[in-house]
Amino acid sequence: MIDRTHIGRTWPSWEVEVEKGRLRLLAKAIGEIRPEYTDEAAARAAGYRSIVAPATYAYCLRDDDPRGLAYLEDMGIPVSRLLHGEEHITIHEPICAGDRVRVTRRVKDIYSKKNGALEFVAWELTVDAVSDGRPLARSESILVVRNG
Amino acid sequence: MAEALVAGRALPPLALPPLSRATLALYAGGSGDHVPLHIDAAFAKAAGYPDVFMHGMLGMAYLGRLVTTWLPARRLREIGGRFVAITYPGEVLTARGTVVDVDAGGRARISLTLTNAEGEAKLTGFAVVDPFEEPAP
Repeated sequence: MIDRTHIGRTWPSWEVEVEKGRLRLLAKAIGEIRPEYTDEAAARAAGYRSIVAPATYAYCLRDDDPRGLAYLEDMGIPVSRLLHGEEHITIHEPICAGDRVRVTRRVKDIYSKKNGALEFVAWELTVDAVSDGRPLARSESILVVRNG
Repeated sequence: MAEALVAGRALPPLALPPLSRATLALYAGGSGDHVPLHIDAAFAKAAGYPDVFMHGMLGMAYLGRLVTTWLPARRLREIGGRFVAITYPGEVLTARGTVVDVDAGGRARISLTLTNAEGEAKLTGFAVVDPFEEPAP
């Protein structure tokens, strides 16, 4: 059983320099071949600062936490029992290569169903521009922990 | 190119190749999600699964592609959904979307689904997109 005192917990923010090569690799992995996702000149011609991040990139910034998956260990959650239940990404402004972003993770809620056989952790990841703090994106995730 | 956002309008479906282990490995690298359930069959089996399985967010990325193939990336404001079934290597997925409603300001809500060849839903989701911006005269 996950300790409910983790509700509201935040971790130290981390900064990420959004890299062209990383965005190209992500685009390749999801089969995205439109030029604004892979080619800088095409992205600029389309009105973006540089290569555009795919829509779901905000979620991926979770894994750039320099502490890796330690936040799960902090809460006593084994990764082998974890499944993604729901996701909701809000895009205030497309993230582009060259952006410096600050990422902050918070636990919004923890609850259980089926007499504790399933536990749910609602996380929020916020992504802001380092330069002026303006919000770029938010990822709200519900992860499921199988205790059965 | 202006795309009419009208309730009931279906987006052109996105048919995906059979899910391969190579794609899962590539997505693990590109996304940064290195959880071994998706790339290490021995680990997945020890955790009680028959095999490695698709990252849920790869499925959502396919739904994102469906929308941003139809509309420019900057018009996509929200994307989300529920991961309702696990997808294993070899399954053949198709992403589909339909405009559900358009508000007075032209912002539209699109329902999205990712299903396999047997019609099993893997991901049921939605997107919110901004109206078409007329180019400055």
